Amino acid sequence: MPPKTQPIDPLASENHETLLRLHEELLRVRHAELALAERYKQQEMRTPTHFGVGQEAVAVGVCAALEKTDVAYSHHRSHNHFLAKGGSVYRLAAELFGRETGCSRGRGGSVHLTDLSCGFVASSAILGEAMSAATGSALAFRLGNEKRIATAFFGDAVAEEGAFYECLSYAALKKLPVLYVCENNGYATESPLSIRQPAGADISGRVASFGVRTIKAEGNDVLAVLTAAREAVAYLRTEGTPVFLECATYRWLEHVGPFYDHELGRTYRTEQEVAGWQDKCPVIKSRAAILEAGAADEATLDKMQTDIQAVIQADIEKAYGDPWPDPQQLFDNIY
Amino acid sequence: MRVLKYKEAISEATVQAMEADESIFVTGHAVDYPSGIFGSTSAAAEKFPDRVFDCPSMENAFAGIAVGAAAMGQRPMFVYPRADFMFLSFDNLLNLACKWRYMYGGNAGHVPIVLRAVVGKGWGQGATHSQSPHAPLAHFPGLTVAMPAAPADAKGLLLSALTSNHPVILFEHRSLFDHEGEVDEAMEPIPFGKARIVREGHDVTIVATSLMVSEAVTAAEELAGRGISVEIIDPRTIRPLDEAAILNSVKKTGRLIVADTSWELCGFSSEVAGLVAEKAFKHLKAPVRRIALADCPAPVSMPLEEAFYPKASTLANAVLELTGQNTENMSHIDEVSLFKGPY
Ligand SMILES: Cc1ncc(C[n+]2csc(CCOP(=O)(O)OP(=O)(O)O)c2C)c(N)n1
Repeated sequence: MPPKTQPIDPLASENHETLLRLHEELLRVRHAELALAERYKQQEMRTPTHFGVGQEAVAVGVCAALEKTDVAYSHHRSHNHFLAKGGSVYRLAAELFGRETGCSRGRGGSVHLTDLSCGFVASSAILGEAMSAATGSALAFRLGNEKRIATAFFGDAVAEEGAFYECLSYAALKKLPVLYVCENNGYATESPLSIRQPAGADISGRVASFGVRTIKAEGNDVLAVLTAAREAVAYLRTEGTPVFLECATYRWLEHVGPFYDHELGRTYRTEQEVAGWQDKCPVIKSRAAILEAGAADEATLDKMQTDIQAVIQADIEKAYGDPWPDPQQLFDNIY
Repeated sequence: MRVLKYKEAISEATVQAMEADESIFVTGHAVDYPSGIFGSTSAAAEKFPDRVFDCPSMENAFAGIAVGAAAMGQRPMFVYPRADFMFLSFDNLLNLACKWRYMYGGNAGHVPIVLRAVVGKGWGQGATHSQSPHAPLAHFPGLTVAMPAAPADAKGLLLSALTSNHPVILFEHRSLFDHEGEVDEAMEPIPFGKARIVREGHDVTIVATSLMVSEAVTAAEELAGRGISVEIIDPRTIRPLDEAAILNSVKKTGRLIVADTSWELCGFSSEVAGLVAEKAFKHLKAPVRRIALADCPAPVSMPLEEAFYPKASTLANAVLELTGQNTENMSHIDEVSLFKGPY
C-alpha cells in the first residue's frame, strides 16, 4: 500500500504553481463550454449536446493526476473530459459544427469524441459503454505488463445498469489498473437519484463490497479532486487494482442543450437549488484559494481569464470557417 | 372524423386501454415527466399516477422483469425514448419473452409485454440515437413487430398490442409524432398482419414502412401530375407480414420499390424483394428496387446526413427509372425540416 497522499496545502508556496495551473485549466474548460453553449443557441451545431458546466473540477483534477500515456473514456457529457485530457477546443468546436476538421471528422458529434494523441480514446452515448471499454483497456495493460492506467468518467445513472456491476466484479477479479470516476450530480435527465436507487445505499458503499478501493471527493473542489486522484493513481501504479472515485457535483444547465432549466419552465428542480450549487462553483472556489494563498492577484487572474476567452473565441470562429465533409466520402472507414 | 396528432393517438390508446384494463402499467425512463415521451405518455401519467412510473436505467434486466410481471398477470408497457437503448434488452426479449409460449409447450402461460421504441432521425442525432432494429427483431418467431405510420394506426395497433397475449414491439418514428390524421374516438384495435393500401395505383407499387410512407405519398402526388400512377402499401406490421396485399399489388403493377427506414442488407426491404421474387416473379416487368439508408452508420455532419437518408425525391426518381424515364432533380418536393435543437 502506498502512503496516504497528503492534502495539497494551498498556502504552501511550493504548491502555488499547481494552484495556478489547475485554475488555468478550469478556466479553459469552463469558458469553452460557456462559449460553445452560447454558440449552440444559433442552431448551427446540429448535434444533441450535454454541457458539463459546473462539473469541471472533476475532469481537471483527475486528468492532472494522470500521465499523457494513461487513457480516458467518457460518456455523453464528455466535453470536460476531452478538454482536460488534452483535447483541443478547436477540434471539439469543429466536431460540433460538423466540419471535416472535427476530432471525429464530423461523423460522431458531441457524444462521440476522440483524440488518441492525448490519450482520450473515446466518448460514447450509451450508458455503461465507457466503463466497459476502460475496463478492457486496463485488461490490455495488465496483459501487456504496461504501467498505464485506464480511466472512465461517467454519471450516477450507470450504477443502475448491469454493466456497472459486471465491470466492478471483473476488474476486482482480474486486478485491473482501472480508475472509475463517477460524477454524482444527483440527476439522470430529470430524475433525482432518490427515485432511481435505494435510499441510503450510497454508490461507493456498494462498490466497496466488490473489494474495489473507493475514495470520495468533494467534486467542486479541484484541489480535493486532485488529492484524491493522486491517491488513486499512486495506488493503481503500485497495487495495480481498480479504484472507484466518487465525486459529488452538480450540472448547471439542462440535461441536453444550452439553457438553464428555469428558462424553459422545467420544474423538476428549483432555481434556488441550482443557485445554491452555483455558490459552490469550482472556478470561484479555486480563485478564492489562489487569492487567499497570495499565489496571484485579482488582476493577474482576470487577465488569465480574458486571454483564455480570446483564444477560445478564435478557436471557435476558426472551426466555423472550416470545410464540410465531402458527401463523396460518406462511406470512408466502412469495412 | 376527428383529427389527432400521432402522439395524441398513442396517448389516447394508452389511456383508453388502461381504463379498460387495470393490469396495464407503463414504465421506462422519463415516462412520467411533464414532457412524457414527446407527449405520448403524459396524459396516462396524470390519470394513473400509480401505474405510470419512471424506470432507472436498466434496460437489460427490465425486459426480464417485464416478462416475470406478465407471467403473473400484469401487462407491462415499457417505453424506450430511443430504440437504440433497446439493444440492452435483447437477451430477455429474444431468449425469453418471444420463446416463452412455445418453449414451455404452452404450459407456462402468456407473457403479454408491449415495448414502444422511438426511432430518431436528423439534427445530428447520429450513429447511436437513430437506429431502427425492426428487421433483426422481426427475424425472431414469437414477436410481433409493428411500425405505425399514421395516427389511426398508432392508436389501433397499440390497442391490439395492449390486448394481445404475446410480446409486441412498436417502432414509432420520432418524425411522425406531430403528423396529423383522422382517428376514431372509439377503441378499435387494428389486427396485426393486415396491410393498409394507402393509395391505389397501377404503374408501380411502393411498399413503405413508417416514415417512408409519407415520403412515398409525397412522391406519388408529384408523379401523378406526370401521369404515373403509384400504389402505396403500408404493411403496418412486418411480423406478421401481409404477403397477400403485397403480392396482389405487384401482380397489378408489375413493378416494386420497397422503402424502409433501416439498412438494405438482411433488412425488411430485402425480405419483401425475396418474397416477390419467390411468389410473383412472373408478374415483374422490372427488377425490384430497394430504397434504404446508406450503408454506413448515421453520420452527424449536415451534408453527410443529407446524403444518408432517402427522401421523397429519391423515391420519385426510383419510380421514374423503373418506368423507363429520365431522372431529374426533384429536391423541391422534399420536406424542409423546421426542427430546432436540441433533441
Ligand atoms: C443504455 C442507455 N439508456 C438510456 C440512455 C438515455 N440517457 C442518456 S443520458 C441519461 C441519464 C444519465 O445520467 P447520468 O449517468 O447520471 O449522467 P448525467 O447526464 O447526469 O451526467 C439517460 C437515461 C442512454 N444513453 N443509454
